[in-house]
Amino acid sequence: MAVLTEEQNLLRDAAEAWAQERSPLGALRKIRANGDGLGFDAQAFAEMAEMGWAGIVVPEEFGGADFGFHSMGVVLEQLGRTLTASPLIVSSLAAATGLKRAGSAALKQAWLPKIAAGEAIVTLAIDEGVRHNPAATELRAKKSGAGFKLSGVKRPVLFGMAAHAAIIAARTSGEPGDEAGITLFLAPTDAAKLSRAPLIEIEARGAAAYDFGGVTLGPEAVLGAVDEGGPLLERMLDCACAGLAAQMLGSASAAFEITLAYLKTRKQFGQLIGAFQALQHRASVLLGELELTRSAVESALDALDADAPETHELASLAKALAGDTFRRVAGEMIQMHGGIGMTDEHDAGLFLKRARIDDMSFGGAGYHRERYGRLAGY
Amino acid sequence: MTWRIPANRHGEPRWAHGSAPISPELAGKNPYRYTSDGAYADADPDFQLWLRRVVDHGWGAPSWPVEYGGGGLSARQGAIINEEMINAGAFHPNRTYGEMMLGPTLLEFADEVQKRRFIPPIARGEVRWCQGFSEPGAGSDLASLQTKCIDDGDHWIVNGQKIWTSGANHADWCFCLVRTDTTRKQGGISFLLIDMKSAGVEARPITLISGTTHFCEVFFSDVRVPKENMIGGVNQGWSVAKRLLQFERGSLASGRAEEAPLGPIARKHVGVDSQGRIADADLRMRVIQNDMRLRAYEQSLRRTRAEVKAGTGPGVPVSALKNLGAGLSQERAELMIEILGQRGLGWEGDAFTPEELEATRNWLHSKAYSIYGGSYEVQNNITAKRVLGLPSA
Ligand SMILES: Cc1cc2nc3c(=O)[nH]c(=O)nc-3n(C[C@H](O)[C@H](O)[C@H](O)COP(=O)(O)OP(=O)(O)OC[C@H]3O[C@@H](n4cnc5c(N)ncnc54)[C@H](O)[C@@H]3O)c2cc1C
Repeated sequence: MAVLTEEQNLLRDAAEAWAQERSPLGALRKIRANGDGLGFDAQAFAEMAEMGWAGIVVPEEFGGADFGFHSMGVVLEQLGRTLTASPLIVSSLAAATGLKRAGSAALKQAWLPKIAAGEAIVTLAIDEGVRHNPAATELRAKKSGAGFKLSGVKRPVLFGMAAHAAIIAARTSGEPGDEAGITLFLAPTDAAKLSRAPLIEIEARGAAAYDFGGVTLGPEAVLGAVDEGGPLLERMLDCACAGLAAQMLGSASAAFEITLAYLKTRKQFGQLIGAFQALQHRASVLLGELELTRSAVESALDALDADAPETHELASLAKALAGDTFRRVAGEMIQMHGGIGMTDEHDAGLFLKRARIDDMSFGGAGYHRERYGRLAGY
Repeated sequence: MTWRIPANRHGEPRWAHGSAPISPELAGKNPYRYTSDGAYADADPDFQLWLRRVVDHGWGAPSWPVEYGGGGLSARQGAIINEEMINAGAFHPNRTYGEMMLGPTLLEFADEVQKRRFIPPIARGEVRWCQGFSEPGAGSDLASLQTKCIDDGDHWIVNGQKIWTSGANHADWCFCLVRTDTTRKQGGISFLLIDMKSAGVEARPITLISGTTHFCEVFFSDVRVPKENMIGGVNQGWSVAKRLLQFERGSLASGRAEEAPLGPIARKHVGVDSQGRIADADLRMRVIQNDMRLRAYEQSLRRTRAEVKAGTGPGVPVSALKNLGAGLSQERAELMIEILGQRGLGWEGDAFTPEELEATRNWLHSKAYSIYGGSYEVQNNITAKRVLGLPSA
């Protein structure tokens, strides 16, 4: 565990207690069953907002706590332990950071207080192809009078059916593959000619496809400068990656602890299966991987707080390690549980699906290794 | 004489970059060679000069108490000094078996007379120690050791054989585990300091796959050892040894972070493609992966120190750190050989550069990282039982 401040300790304890009580592991099944496509429990999210978690990185003047990324990570880790689904990462972390850093006074005033209060969800509409790759953005925003006309498809847009607005990465110049020439827009999801459809996936992240069939936006919708959205987008994605990695660390740790408990109760061949050295050694290796991941996650959150020059690298390091580790732990969770782990009734499957979903969100481990390598000059 | 240690932004002592008084010739050399091979250390004037400078400054053992020749600094400050030496391209020159393992153990278990006699020369880097624990029949199961130690009035008489004793052929003294009671396993072991010049001690070198010969078998034939050389009392040696092995694991775990990134080396030897990336795509990804995990490992060392210092937790368990560090170093040594290609296969001679030859030997030697100091499997057993609380069979 990191060396936390007094307030961060209180925050962690509060998040832990809330998650165990109000959003325990099984809660996810209800979200799946009610089939509204939102991907999270609106009542639970309202409670989170009431606790102040939706405003942790929002400046005080807009109703937030301005409490930093590490604090947000502390909460996300605890929520990850019970696989709590929420739009905190896209809305309260990534979109809020984008607005805070580059939003006009009007945009900030319109959205930040609502984000902090949990009254509005602002999502990110970035991905288009089969893989996360912002530079490959094809969705065009053409000049049209004083504003822009958008055409193209974004998918998956996380928590896209519930979102009130989206930050959209659109190409205003250059070709798909160019890092330059991307502009970020903030548009309400009830904009005319924007059609949304839910994507039914293996697990809750409220994914949707957005079709921009000629949506028209005024110049006031531009976040930052035209053609120069790339660096801001990277920063927002760094936030999303570090925050998601913290949540994944919590999920992976919980999966590991549940598995460990099973090794200490299940008997075969007249002994606890945890006495078999083959399983002991695999468990020991997983502990090492979890420890490495924790170090990487905390370093990335600290780098964001310090606005350190190596933030891009450290965010990718954290996301890559979290992806590798969570997938590995979830796979071992099923294997070490045997047949019971394959049943829908058991929680192991929830972890396995979440691990895959989380790894794919904002770039998989392979994407982030490549990005790290590029940044480090390899 | 004291050097000024400027504070960094955390208010911790820090050498200004480049101000460490080191010989640049040491940069990039493998510290393990100096630790384990006395002849190698003696033959390198750069190393000797660096050792003298550090010792004269009082940093031979920075965090030991001043009355036993230490620098009187905190453990944290000691760690920073180490780190700064590494950042400056060097390494702490007195990280010997004496300084890493025996000294800290004596500080806890030795009596006052023994402390004053044995600890200061270690801090000054004057006496070379070797570790006589393993025997032909006692490796991972160390407590099954058989070297006999019999009471002979004011002396002990020692008979038996040790093996894999690193540096025994150049060591002045040996800290040894001996059997003083054959009826109990752990409870019959004592911890004895033996002068290697005693009559009846013979060290025979064994050649390793890396070609080095500092690795020995040590034979004891009726060796007389003064009674006052026993540490911690008769049959109390196992507790002393366990503590010493903790120090050994700790130092092995923390000693792994000093390696330079492989990227620039790979770019130089493998070349780059039209986009400026390391030309071999598969090798490139593996180099990146190793570099990333090494970075997370370094973050783990820092986190562990911070947590221990703040008292918020134990940090990463040493048994896990040791395996992670050993694995990453071994992988790195493999990658290095792969990067060097045909030039990574040289054994000796002018047709290969010293760096190439060093890489080859280092690769071969790296295979030992997961054997000594408690093997990979033994560390996993420790993690499973002591950290994870898994049951015994
Ligand atoms: C380069 C080098 C330097 C060394 N320096 C010293 C020194 O200075 N002083 C000293 O005293 N010793 C030294 N050693 C010895 C070292 O501590 C031993 O080699 C080590 O303890 C393993 O013992 P062993 O070689 O007898 O292997 P064994 O114990 O016979 O092990 C053989 C294999 O069995 C595995 N194994 C053993 N027990 C278990 C178990 N319970 N569960 C699962 N797997 C198991 C091991 O992991 C290993 O893979 C050195 C060794 C090397 C390689």
